[in-house]
Amino acid sequence: MMKKAPPKATRDDSQASRRGLLKMLAALPASLMLASQISWAAPATSEVNTSGLAVTDDTVTVGILHSITGTMAISETGSVQAEKLAIEQINATGGVLGRQIEYIQEDGASDWPTFAEKSKKLLVNDKVAAVFGCWTSASRKAVLPVFEQYNGMLYYPTFYEGLEQSPNVIYTGQEATQQIIAGIDWVVKEKGAKSFYLLGSDYIWPRTSNKIARKHIEKLGLKVVGEEYYPLGHTQFNSVINKIKLRKPDVIYAIVVGGSNVAFYKQLKAAGIDLTKEKPLLLTISVTEDEILGIGGENIDGAYAAMKYFQSLDNPNNEAFVKAFKERWGDDIVIGDVTQAAYLGPWLWKAAVEKAGSFDIDKVRAASPGIELTTAPEGYVRIHENHHLWSKTRVGLAQPDGQYKVVYESEDLIEPNPFPEGYQ
Amino acid sequence: MNHKQITYFPRKDLIGFAILAAVLMLVLPMALDVFRLNLVGKYLTYAFVAIGLVLCWGYGGILSLGQGVFFGLGGYCMAMFLKLESSDPESTKIQSTPGIPDFMDWNQITELPWWWEPFYSLPFTLFAVVAVPVLFAFIISVAMFKRRVGGVYFAIITQAIAAILTILIIGQQGYTGGVNGITDLRTLLGWDIRTDEAKTILYFVCCLLLLASLATAQIIRRNKVGRILVAMRDQEDRVRFSGYDVSNFKIFVFCMAAAFSAIGGAMFTLQVGFMSPSFVGIVPSIEMVIYCAVGGRLSLLGAVYGSLLVNWAKTSLSESFPELWLFGLGALFIGVVLAFPNGIAGLFQRYVEPYMPAWYHGRVAAKASEKGNSTTSGDNVTPDTSEEVPTGSDKQPATLKGGHYVNAE
Amino acid sequence: MFAEYTASELTAIFAMQGFAGLILFSVLVLMALGLAIIFGQMGVINMAHGEFMILGAYVTYLTSNLFSEYMPSLFDGYFFVAMAMAFLVTFLLGMLVEWGLIRHLYKRPLDTLLATWGLSLILQQIYRSVFGAREVGVTLPDWMMGSYPLTDMVEVPINGIFVMVLTLVISIGIYFLMFRSRWGKQVRAVVQNRPMAGAVGINTEKVDRLTFGIGCGIAGIAGSAFTMIGSTGPTSGQLYIVDTFLVVVFGGAQSLLGTIASAFTISQAQSTMEFFLSGSMAKVLTLLFVVGILMLRPQGLFALKIRR
Repeated sequence: MMKKAPPKATRDDSQASRRGLLKMLAALPASLMLASQISWAAPATSEVNTSGLAVTDDTVTVGILHSITGTMAISETGSVQAEKLAIEQINATGGVLGRQIEYIQEDGASDWPTFAEKSKKLLVNDKVAAVFGCWTSASRKAVLPVFEQYNGMLYYPTFYEGLEQSPNVIYTGQEATQQIIAGIDWVVKEKGAKSFYLLGSDYIWPRTSNKIARKHIEKLGLKVVGEEYYPLGHTQFNSVINKIKLRKPDVIYAIVVGGSNVAFYKQLKAAGIDLTKEKPLLLTISVTEDEILGIGGENIDGAYAAMKYFQSLDNPNNEAFVKAFKERWGDDIVIGDVTQAAYLGPWLWKAAVEKAGSFDIDKVRAASPGIELTTAPEGYVRIHENHHLWSKTRVGLAQPDGQYKVVYESEDLIEPNPFPEGYQ
Repeated sequence: MNHKQITYFPRKDLIGFAILAAVLMLVLPMALDVFRLNLVGKYLTYAFVAIGLVLCWGYGGILSLGQGVFFGLGGYCMAMFLKLESSDPESTKIQSTPGIPDFMDWNQITELPWWWEPFYSLPFTLFAVVAVPVLFAFIISVAMFKRRVGGVYFAIITQAIAAILTILIIGQQGYTGGVNGITDLRTLLGWDIRTDEAKTILYFVCCLLLLASLATAQIIRRNKVGRILVAMRDQEDRVRFSGYDVSNFKIFVFCMAAAFSAIGGAMFTLQVGFMSPSFVGIVPSIEMVIYCAVGGRLSLLGAVYGSLLVNWAKTSLSESFPELWLFGLGALFIGVVLAFPNGIAGLFQRYVEPYMPAWYHGRVAAKASEKGNSTTSGDNVTPDTSEEVPTGSDKQPATLKGGHYVNAE
Repeated sequence: MFAEYTASELTAIFAMQGFAGLILFSVLVLMALGLAIIFGQMGVINMAHGEFMILGAYVTYLTSNLFSEYMPSLFDGYFFVAMAMAFLVTFLLGMLVEWGLIRHLYKRPLDTLLATWGLSLILQQIYRSVFGAREVGVTLPDWMMGSYPLTDMVEVPINGIFVMVLTLVISIGIYFLMFRSRWGKQVRAVVQNRPMAGAVGINTEKVDRLTFGIGCGIAGIAGSAFTMIGSTGPTSGQLYIVDTFLVVVFGGAQSLLGTIASAFTISQAQSTMEFFLSGSMAKVLTLLFVVGILMLRPQGLFALKIRR
């Protein structure tokens, strides 16, 4: 059993030296340091833990539940790194209610029942105070009944399709409407787009997202000229590229995921569609900096992405975050939207616990709505009544070096709306 | 040997069954907490598949890489019933169409599809859990075995079928729940299946069903059918020339294997609380073959122990050394093929059974050994040559063994 | 659905779609040839075929890094070196696997399936430990990306042409190797009658090892070529395995010509259907079509009519 931090050195762990850790501490944002000055006179365990969680006088145990083996390990690695970094930073600044966070990491192995099984282990056997984890919707759906039954708290980092609002989950990524509507509004207003070709991998997130996109496009009086889905892992996109050439949309709205992404963008480029010419323009909500590593920056140069975070965001919080992240996990690492959202999880939990003055799940839940984070790399975020985050949406332009250049940022925080009326 | 009554349960098998029953029904429930017991229950659902594979692969020589299909179909049938029950208009009133499963509502389906309707009925569901997969298996096997597709070809075609079904389930998410599967199952006729008490009861139900399936499989194995299967596996043409319609036996055993898998799938849904296309695909289907191979592809009891052992190893190894798990699993595949083709059961037969007292082997076998017959797997029907994986040197690889199709021309 | 298009647009689209089908055809042939040799000639089911392909891709990745680091001036030509390296590495690994694993299992083809599946899991984990769980991006020389405009509408992707030419070269190479060389004659002799071939002095073990090695080597070249169109990650190999086996089985396992014919049929069926239907359904229908035909004609498209 993998017990307590620090865990066995994984490949990633070993990259970081102890010196790196010290440097990282030095790089903590000033505001965080300030927060640590107000040291909590650690309250008695019996007060902060009335429900038998794994809390001692100087430690509190949380769980990290991601796939580190199997097909999803590609995507989930970044989230694990971000969560560990956040936990280490919190510990370095005095922990939560005077207690150091220890974590138990479990492997979901890209297999949904394994996720359910491990989450149950974390909640029932290990009595963790919170779980940071899951990536795919399927894994979240699999663990959800477990969290509701055993009353756990899950911090879920991925942008997802919405249509869910559980008292036992805090969704730190964006739900579909937040990501989609602002992006489409931008492309219509700034680029004068009139017609769209919707394309996605065949599962719930792309389908639901495209549905919202279609409704919104049609509301604006514009046209969807094609909508198409390919099985996960599909590697031949020449036919759909031909169809796109035939229908001549202004915008390709692509929600292709995983390995298919690489095939799609390489073949798009090979077919002579130069994205930098914006004819057609490509807007995606599924390609973060992480994915570009595999696709290759030169193959996706000129594409636009709509999401809430890009590594290149220019603000002091983000600079400190990127610096700390690289010092902890290596210089060549990239940080995508989900990685940043995963980083928010432990911080949001800490804030909620301190507001509640207790680790008890019910009290943390009651305290969660309204929790603000001014130190988030993406800027200011706040937890909504519906357990999602208020957040801004940005549009980034993919650069050949694999980074996005931010070309637009929504003025206000966008309200999360997991059950959007009129979009279903 | 024909005039003798067939003994379905020779003494040593009986002892084995008794020990297994005692381990499952007494030792494990006493030793484990509900959480671990529920895990064991989940492993046992794979044992159903492994038992089917023993019959179909070990005895019939038909390797199916698509047992996940039947496991999944059985599981989905059960899940549909449970989902309908948990989607009553009261608890789904926030949906735009109350009373239908939530994932249908998300996909703008406003009416329950007709083929979901019968799953309101529990008797029909229980019937369908077995009937749908068996019917599917029947169609596949008739089409293939009547045309003498066999061996490797059959394995690859079943694999393709698993791939097709997965894509289909994922693609038709409005009707099937897509890649997320059918989740959030709560009650069975009003009985909450998520409580600890329910899990314990379901565990025992699962054990009983497993023992019943084992007994059924044992009867088939000891029956004439089982004998013919072994003969067919080793020399198909000779059996055919003896006047048997080989394909009928293959169809029968394949359908039986499908039925066992389906029961396992239904129990899986009940104990784990959801069903998803990730059990239908190629990877789980091949993993299920390894459970059977580790236990010993010719041993029904071995299949159960194999499933338990591999899954237990998976859970504990992946808890402590997640990176090493795939190495372990891979090595297990290779080791079981190269070093222990008869799996745990083979090791047991070779190294433990000879030292067992005479009462264990039963009367006839004891006599046989007096005669200097060193067979360790003796029983009172015939010295059993079926208890070995055919590694015979006179056999050509099956693909090249034209019997399957070249002669069919 | 074609009413709103002009005749020239339609011609262009059909031309391009036909071309897409040809590319898919080449890809399938390239994937399947190595397997056809191993499976068809030796009766071994190599479930690790996809992992051998990915090994080729990783070798390409390493070579590209090597070139951009030490010989940036030669970067344009690195791909040919990479393919040769990919062949060499997978060829050697293939021989090693044959020696350590496969040769014990010739009598039990179904067991080769399990053993090579185990091998594929191990290889996946090795890739993950060595290269990380994330996909790696293989940088291609500029001349290989982009397209060649034939007319205003019709553009021919250069990497597509590259794959087609490569497939052609390899197919011809294999033809000569199998049917015009001494080694090929020996392979065929061993396939048809192992004891007899041994009796006339053919070193059957050596032939087996070479055959397996060459099959894996071709998988390596295919993997190297696929860095142009697909992803390179620890589990990418699994994406190819079902398609590959279906192509080989559909063609009639022992006929290399059959493999090519079946790749052609499947690719045309799929790209036509993809054009008229949505992607997922096209895939399902293609697979159903193949399985359906296999049920009617289990020996595949081309079967050797030999009495055994």
